[in-house]
Amino acid sequence: MRNTSRAFTQTADGSSFVQASTRGVLGTAMVVALLSLTVSVTLHAQDGKAVYDKWCSGCHGDTGAGDGFGSKTMLPHPRDFTKGVYKIRTTASGEIPTDADLRHVIEVGMPGTAMPEWKSRLSDGEIGAVVQYVKTFSANSFKQPAKTIAIGKAPSGSGVDEGKAVFQKLECSKCHGMAGRADGKSAPTLKDDYGNPIRPADLTENWKFRGGNTVTDIYTRLRTGLDGTPMPSFQDAIDNKLITDEQLWRVAQYVHSLSPEKAPAPREVVRAAQATALPTTVDAPAWNAVEKFWVPLVGQIIAKPRWFAPTVDGVWVQALHDGHTLAMRISWDDPSKSPDATWDEFLGRMSKTLTDVDGPLATQQGPDRLVVQFAKNPNDESKKPYFLGGDAKSPVYVWRWTSEPRVEEGTEAGLGKFTAAPNVHVTQSARYGDGQWQVLFTRPLVSTDSAAPTFSAGHAIPMAFFAADGSSGEDEVRGAVSTWYAVYLDVPTPKSVYVAPIAMIALSAGLGMLLVAQAQRRERGDVANGSSHMEER
Amino acid sequence: MRRMMLGAAVLAVGVWGCGGSKGNASNGAAGNSTSAVAQSGGSTGPTGNAAVSGVIHFTGAAPSNPKIDMSQESACQGKYKTPPTDPQYVVKDAKLGNVFVYVDSGLPNGAKYTASAPTQIDQDGCLYHPRVFGAVVGQDIVIKNDDNVLHNIKAVPKVNRGFNISQPSAGMTSKRSFSEPEVMVPLECNVHGWMHAYVGVLTHPFFATSDSTGSFSIKNLPAGTYTIKAWHEKLGTQQQTVTVGAGETKNIDFTFSGPKA
Repeated sequence: MRNTSRAFTQTADGSSFVQASTRGVLGTAMVVALLSLTVSVTLHAQDGKAVYDKWCSGCHGDTGAGDGFGSKTMLPHPRDFTKGVYKIRTTASGEIPTDADLRHVIEVGMPGTAMPEWKSRLSDGEIGAVVQYVKTFSANSFKQPAKTIAIGKAPSGSGVDEGKAVFQKLECSKCHGMAGRADGKSAPTLKDDYGNPIRPADLTENWKFRGGNTVTDIYTRLRTGLDGTPMPSFQDAIDNKLITDEQLWRVAQYVHSLSPEKAPAPREVVRAAQATALPTTVDAPAWNAVEKFWVPLVGQIIAKPRWFAPTVDGVWVQALHDGHTLAMRISWDDPSKSPDATWDEFLGRMSKTLTDVDGPLATQQGPDRLVVQFAKNPNDESKKPYFLGGDAKSPVYVWRWTSEPRVEEGTEAGLGKFTAAPNVHVTQSARYGDGQWQVLFTRPLVSTDSAAPTFSAGHAIPMAFFAADGSSGEDEVRGAVSTWYAVYLDVPTPKSVYVAPIAMIALSAGLGMLLVAQAQRRERGDVANGSSHMEER
Repeated sequence: MRRMMLGAAVLAVGVWGCGGSKGNASNGAAGNSTSAVAQSGGSTGPTGNAAVSGVIHFTGAAPSNPKIDMSQESACQGKYKTPPTDPQYVVKDAKLGNVFVYVDSGLPNGAKYTASAPTQIDQDGCLYHPRVFGAVVGQDIVIKNDDNVLHNIKAVPKVNRGFNISQPSAGMTSKRSFSEPEVMVPLECNVHGWMHAYVGVLTHPFFATSDSTGSFSIKNLPAGTYTIKAWHEKLGTQQQTVTVGAGETKNIDFTFSGPKA
């Protein structure tokens, strides 16, 4: 990085400006501004090569073909620049992107993929140079200037209901699913221009939208499509007067509304509140009122066989206890209820595409799986087992669930090295619908099994997750994992806790009433005198 | 051209009329035995009155075409009386349809052709009609949806710029063209992964697709010596050289063998 920066300073022809500043003709700020302008103007594609070779070629390859050493394990694969085809554009379907489009993607990255943001690492000039260099990989495509389409402003008011109706009319659910969780009927058959398997966006997780998640971002993608992918442009639906431009904005508003207002921030401790009665079914309405905790998962890339393309990117955890039993509901998005023959084609594509993995993928789909893992020694941080399934010295206690569905209970001494407990106390009930699993686990707080932790109120038990999708080749230890989190069981609230606030509320309410009454008396007097506070001010 | 457009009109009527068996009857086989543009004379550039025509023969056992499960699209499935298949091999009486036959070289140097009339592809019964066709560089390709379901039509070229258009409703039309010669540009629908079509883009209008009797005819050629190529989506490309004089029609046949078991 430092070397590269130095190279740029030398290349830039800024010496005359520096001399000007020493004569005091221009202020320092002006010099800096002009200098940076000069840098960005004089940087050419060849200057971009140095930046590219250092920072980009590892994934995108020396010749820009998207075949760098890291590429084969990634899904989506890194962009192949030799085709001149780009997803994120402000230009019509099939058109080249503008320089600004390319710059934007480099600056902010592509959420949900391996492409990071570069704004904090590269200078404006360096990014501008890389943009020019990347275009040389497909010089033919970039002979003509790019033409942006006019993106207006979102219409005023909320059009979520209309947007939903248009979403249905346009049959977006064919790929994205009825609830937007990427489980549409066509989803298993989708491939990109290179024949690689590709998933529709999960519309309930808009923080992973490749081109950004504002309403304008979404609208722009609807207008332009995502070239190289199955996502088409809806421009012609407007041109044919099937829908209006405003209705397309409403679709964007509706899609935006399907995700939480903000991307969920992981919190280390999942709180299990104490309830007088626990919900008895996985879809009991009572769960809607229970706080949800987001635990992000990433590909398991430590133990072999490693897995770089996980389906499950996180689980929502809800927990309650009643002093005797712990009830935990885990929900996660998975577009397939595995095994499912309609996903055979998808698994075949995964096998062909992810060639640089540890051994061939299974040819048969397995079930979906979830492992909830706990540490036995909650109070001694130094004795917390290895997060990846513990080890022989320090095993972890696990609930191993599969979509058959059933659950096993026992210990693991290393990821997947499972020993069943003599007695099974944990129960499961599972529900799959609209691209989402929900599994309810219950277990008595106290276990007779010495290897199992005893959950007790007022204590946090370390907890971690492993999830796998059987339809995309996630067998053995292939899947997604979290690091250690914890579940904390609320202590029963002493009665005094309730009494004191009520007394305080009563007291302050009483005082408030007194003040209001006094003010009203004064007000009446003022009105009688023909004036009011408002007019006086 | 006229035949093709008439065919398209009949298709369209069929859809709304009774949801009959039209899709099944033609099953994607080429209806136009000759190059639309060449026959209509709707192009500029040097032409003549020579012609090359012939038959595409097929030897061996014709592979059975894969069945298509359209159960998720009742609007399309309802157009078929028997379960639809993907017409990769159009074989009848040892003749092969849907072979794209075209002049690969031999036209006068510097000859430039443009098409004055558009060509058309329909999405009907969740299949493309025609499945194999040609277009001149710059010629408008009218893309029509005759199904009351969402189609996207995506061009996946190697030389040209692609496109990917959504057509969520029956009656929608779009126009696109290609700027560079490319044989063939695959077209596909991602909502219905079985839908495939192929367009041969050439700098001239001297091309034809063999019909269900295996026949093709390339007309209005200037006298000359030509390399003629014949392309099939599964069986590859063959070529022959032929010399035709003014006013002459030469017959050339091609023979494709079925894939080895």
